[in-house]
Amino acid sequence: MTKYMLSAHSVEGQSPPPMSPEDVQQVTKQVLALEGEMKEAGVWVFGGRLHGPDTATVVRALGQQVITTDGPFVEAREHLGGLYILEAADLDAALSWAAKVTSIVGAPIEVRPFAGLPEG
Amino acid sequence: MIIDAAFVGRIFRAESGRSIAALISAIGDIDLAEDAVQEAFAIALRRWPAAGVPPNPGAWITTTARNHAIDRLRRQARERRLLGDAALLTSPAKEADHVFDDRLRLIFTCCHPALPTEGQVALTLRLLGGMSTAEVARSFLVAESAMAQRLVRAKRKIKAARIPYRVPDEHELPDRLPPVLSVVYLIYTSGVSGGDPSLCGEAIRLARTLATLMPDEPEVAGLLALVLLSESRRATRTRPDGSPVLLAEQDRSRWDRALIEEGHALVRWCLRRDRPGTFQLQAAIQAVHTDAATAERTDWAQIVTLYDQLLTIAATPVVALNRAVAVAEIHGPAAALVLVEDLDLDGYHLFHATRADLLSRLGRDREAATAYQRAAALAPTPAEREFLHRGGRTARSCKHRQQR
Repeated sequence: MTKYMLSAHSVEGQSPPPMSPEDVQQVTKQVLALEGEMKEAGVWVFGGRLHGPDTATVVRALGQQVITTDGPFVEAREHLGGLYILEAADLDAALSWAAKVTSIVGAPIEVRPFAGLPEG
Repeated sequence: MIIDAAFVGRIFRAESGRSIAALISAIGDIDLAEDAVQEAFAIALRRWPAAGVPPNPGAWITTTARNHAIDRLRRQARERRLLGDAALLTSPAKEADHVFDDRLRLIFTCCHPALPTEGQVALTLRLLGGMSTAEVARSFLVAESAMAQRLVRAKRKIKAARIPYRVPDEHELPDRLPPVLSVVYLIYTSGVSGGDPSLCGEAIRLARTLATLMPDEPEVAGLLALVLLSESRRATRTRPDGSPVLLAEQDRSRWDRALIEEGHALVRWCLRRDRPGTFQLQAAIQAVHTDAATAERTDWAQIVTLYDQLLTIAATPVVALNRAVAVAEIHGPAAALVLVEDLDLDGYHLFHATRADLLSRLGRDREAATAYQRAAALAPTPAEREFLHRGGRTARSCKHRQQR
């Protein structure tokens, strides 16, 4: 089994037109149903949607000192919007979950394997 | 029979794909499988000259390689006390479903859509075609170090992302089969354009293997028919100096009849299945060409119909361009030029060459000359560039045009 991150990215200024409350409700219902399916199948590890990049804070160590600043780490037009972490048998299994996610949320999904700890 | 490095090399090209596929199936590690098969061939090169070639050299190689790999895994397991590796050796799961050939699993891994096309091609030639990294690099005109990088990157992704080693389920095939077929066809066309017949031969061998292993897939049969029919004409498509010979001017008596008959039989089988696809339609178009005893007797109406069908499945500007060439033969160059002008193919040399030819047939010589220069500037090989600079003419085709 391998852990995969399924991430959805949003592009600033390219957000889809605002949805009607009924549509929001509809998508939420589908997402919850899919997450239920992931848990049922035993692949679910974690998942969630993120607030916008303007809510991000960066902490970095400079020698002995720690400096905290406002803003995302990289000033970019693309931002991580949300993610799932799933544990699946192989890439094809992970891709089939990603296919279900993208058909609900409408955004492309990037699938990446987690690296294990280096072998000692 | 002389058993030397060249002899063993030939066996390597023919057999190593099967051995590597079997080894990956047994031990689940591409690098180890490759090393073990290399080692088995090194042993063969030392042993066969004195002891003679075993009755089934491929099976001998696979067995020797498997023993070698198992030894190495056991050593590693002892050294690292990793029971996981040892467990791999006796995994009974692999024995359960031997319905498919290991090579079929391997080609679907090599051509997984999660890998970049260049990585798919390199892996397929390296692992299934038994070509060395240097040979693959030469065929695609890239530095050996760059090709080695592609292979390393592709293999790393297979391992890290766990790209599976299995034949996709029926419902996955519409997504998974096209890249496999495209890779094989790309290997073939690279062989034609780069003048490397060994790539053409390798592509045909891969297409034959696929057709044997997936006998019910019309597109697989279509691919095999397409490469066979293209191959039947390959020798007549270029002059010794590398310049192209137009279809109408090719020496049809030198077309390979055996390949044509085999290709035609496959196309007829596809027609009976009635599940058309892009490779089947391209093969059918080739079948119409190779069916005509002379260029004048080509059934152009049939070819236009086939291009119409192809456009409904693959509406690309290149298909539209080729359709226009066929239209010119029925309705004349003016009708075809109208179809060509709107196509978004400004960077494609054959677009300008086609326009140039139609313009010159309409007597618009100055515009034709400009288009030929544009085509020549974009042509991929020096011989084609030279040919287009001359206005797509050879001594023979000038005479041919005058006669018309």
